Amino acid sequence: MAVIGGSTTGRKARWTFVDIAVVAYALIPVLWTMSLSFKTAEAQTDKNFFPSEWTFDNYKAIFTTDQFVRALVNSIGIALIATLIAVVLGTMAAYAIARLDFPGKQALVGVSLLIAMFPQVSLVSPLFEMERQLGLFDTWPGLILPYITFALPLAIYTLSAFFREIPWELEKAAKMDGATPAQAFRRVIAPLAAPGVFTTAILVFIFCWNDFLFAISLTSTEASRTVPAALAFFTGASQFEAPVGSISAAAVVITIPIIVFVLFFQRRIVAGLTSGAVKG
Amino acid sequence: MAEIILDKVTKRYPDGALAVSEADIQIADGEFIILVGPSGCGKSTMLNMIAGLEDISSGELRIDGQRVNEKAPKDRDIAMVFQSYALYPHMSVRENMAFPLRLAKVDDATVKSKVDEAAKILDLTQHLERKPANLSGGQRQRVAMGRAIVRNPKAFLMDEPLSNLDAKLRVQMRTSVSKLQKQLATTTVYVTHDQTEAMTLGDRVVVLRGGLVQQVGSPQFLYDNPANLFVAGFIGSPAMNFLPGTLENGQLSTGLGTLALSDRVRTLAEEAKAPREVIAGVRPEHFEDAKLMDESAKAGGTTFTATVDVLESMGSDKFAYFTVEGETATSQELAELAADSGSTETGDSGAQLVTRLSAASTAVEGQPADVWFDADKVQLFDPSSGKNLTYAG
Ligand SMILES: Nc1ncnc2c1ncn2[C@@H]1O[C@H](COP(=O)(O)OP(=O)(O)OP(=O)(O)O)[C@@H](O)[C@H]1O
Ligand SMILES: [Mg+2]
Repeated sequence: MAVIGGSTTGRKARWTFVDIAVVAYALIPVLWTMSLSFKTAEAQTDKNFFPSEWTFDNYKAIFTTDQFVRALVNSIGIALIATLIAVVLGTMAAYAIARLDFPGKQALVGVSLLIAMFPQVSLVSPLFEMERQLGLFDTWPGLILPYITFALPLAIYTLSAFFREIPWELEKAAKMDGATPAQAFRRVIAPLAAPGVFTTAILVFIFCWNDFLFAISLTSTEASRTVPAALAFFTGASQFEAPVGSISAAAVVITIPIIVFVLFFQRRIVAGLTSGAVKG
Repeated sequence: MAEIILDKVTKRYPDGALAVSEADIQIADGEFIILVGPSGCGKSTMLNMIAGLEDISSGELRIDGQRVNEKAPKDRDIAMVFQSYALYPHMSVRENMAFPLRLAKVDDATVKSKVDEAAKILDLTQHLERKPANLSGGQRQRVAMGRAIVRNPKAFLMDEPLSNLDAKLRVQMRTSVSKLQKQLATTTVYVTHDQTEAMTLGDRVVVLRGGLVQQVGSPQFLYDNPANLFVAGFIGSPAMNFLPGTLENGQLSTGLGTLALSDRVRTLAEEAKAPREVIAGVRPEHFEDAKLMDESAKAGGTTFTATVDVLESMGSDKFAYFTVEGETATSQELAELAADSGSTETGDSGAQLVTRLSAASTAVEGQPADVWFDADKVQLFDPSSGKNLTYAG
């Protein structure tokens, strides 16, 4: 007994150490950024982890510039619209892929996989040219469209995995109970697929929110520039001063919507929602 | 309440598999009919075609005289109980049972009273607010039944509804299903694998084999007068014993010796133009310990002596197993039955013979015993076609 107890304590200690190491590795840069955002301009380079003097000046500064507020509005709007459209389209496509046998199904899955694997960098110049021709350059749709394109494969894959988990027989049962296909989908399948839809929404939103490549290449003014791109245009008080404090403050601010979004949807993700539907 | 008629109903799946072939079945109003057969014989397919979940390739399905081939499931007014129960996991028991009524736009008060009534019949009243995940298997099964009965459909379809329950619960639920069906008098089509369910539940039994209807009749009729080797071997547990035999001048020679057929059997066999080589079938209960019988009773049969391999005493009677020397009966039907029941040939010579003797029998394992069997109860089958040559139907 003693030997076994000793070994589990040892295991526990090892795991605790590993856990702490991983969390520290992930969080220290974030904490460092936060620390920087609260430091005064003079203290930015003092190499202290904790600010000697706390200040909200950096936050005040970014919110007084129109530049950042506009970018925040652009980011939220573009990411939400792209997420909504990608999830709705993805749900329909994934449902069809999980349930139906239609000609060209394999091809569809293959093509969407191809899109996901395509290096985005190689598309930037053609997209730039095309959007300029079509008048989409530096507009919201100009970013929403490529976001949907690249988020859809992700959405379809995650969602079809969730749809496959829902027993076929529930749909048959709904039909026998007198439901039309639309009623069966709305009242039986959709509620059960909800956790999958929310999970997908979170992933797609994060993808859109974090994008830098398209945001920097397909925008030119405040009309559609999102926060990750706008950060690059921040300027310090003087030309020779790096705006480290403002950038840190902005970086902290833009993580907040993500945290809110995840917390909001996470409560809706109830694991094991389909348990009890069928036995065996 | 409805009469269901299958008129040469055929199902061919897109990949070419013929699942049901020209099934002709008339199901009377209020009748309880059982579909049995080995795995993959097309039972579920047939049920799904009646339900409208599978298209009918050819033939006609009529409910109350009306062709319904093209009708969607929801327009057929038929309820179905699935093997997996298929309860809606996000709804409470009450909502599950109310679902068909809600879809039919029944008003709230009626929904409530109907659900409460069904819950009372099925003894689910105290579980109405629970989710299916928090119910036992038997309770889930009853909820599935409840969802079917609330809206008084024209017919019930059940696909192995009890097969997921443990043995004891299955017996219990079997009686309640039977009672419920009598009480509601709704036409019911019930698919099962289970011998006992097939024999006890239904008014009539349909035996299917490879998509072909083999025989339709009351359970007792099928037991006494199977139309062919397949039905004979499938109905009854333990199964009928089959022995290869030779027919000559009204005498049948088998591994158990030679016996004179009764006049009744001989006449039937002659009418059916029985070939010389036949397969003889005898049910286990048509054997008896010869020591327990007087001479006059033994006249109608024949006695053989063999060593008891295994003796199982069930209290009410004894099962004695023997090995009969010589060839085993072979036919395609018997091979299929063996494959379905999972029994593999033991490899040793001779056929296994199962006999049911009185509890008073003095047979001892490993010792020879004298066993008599009734010549009038012997059934003869054509080994090539499988047809029952002594069919009296
Ligand atoms: N969707 C399908 N496509 C092609 N063939 C199918 C399909 N569904 C069933 N089959 C075939 O049709 C035959 C009948 O199947 P069915 O499910 O009706 O059998 P069953 O009698 O219900 O068997 P079990 O007792 O195992 O449930 C089988 O040979 C099966 O392989
Ligand atoms: Mg089946």
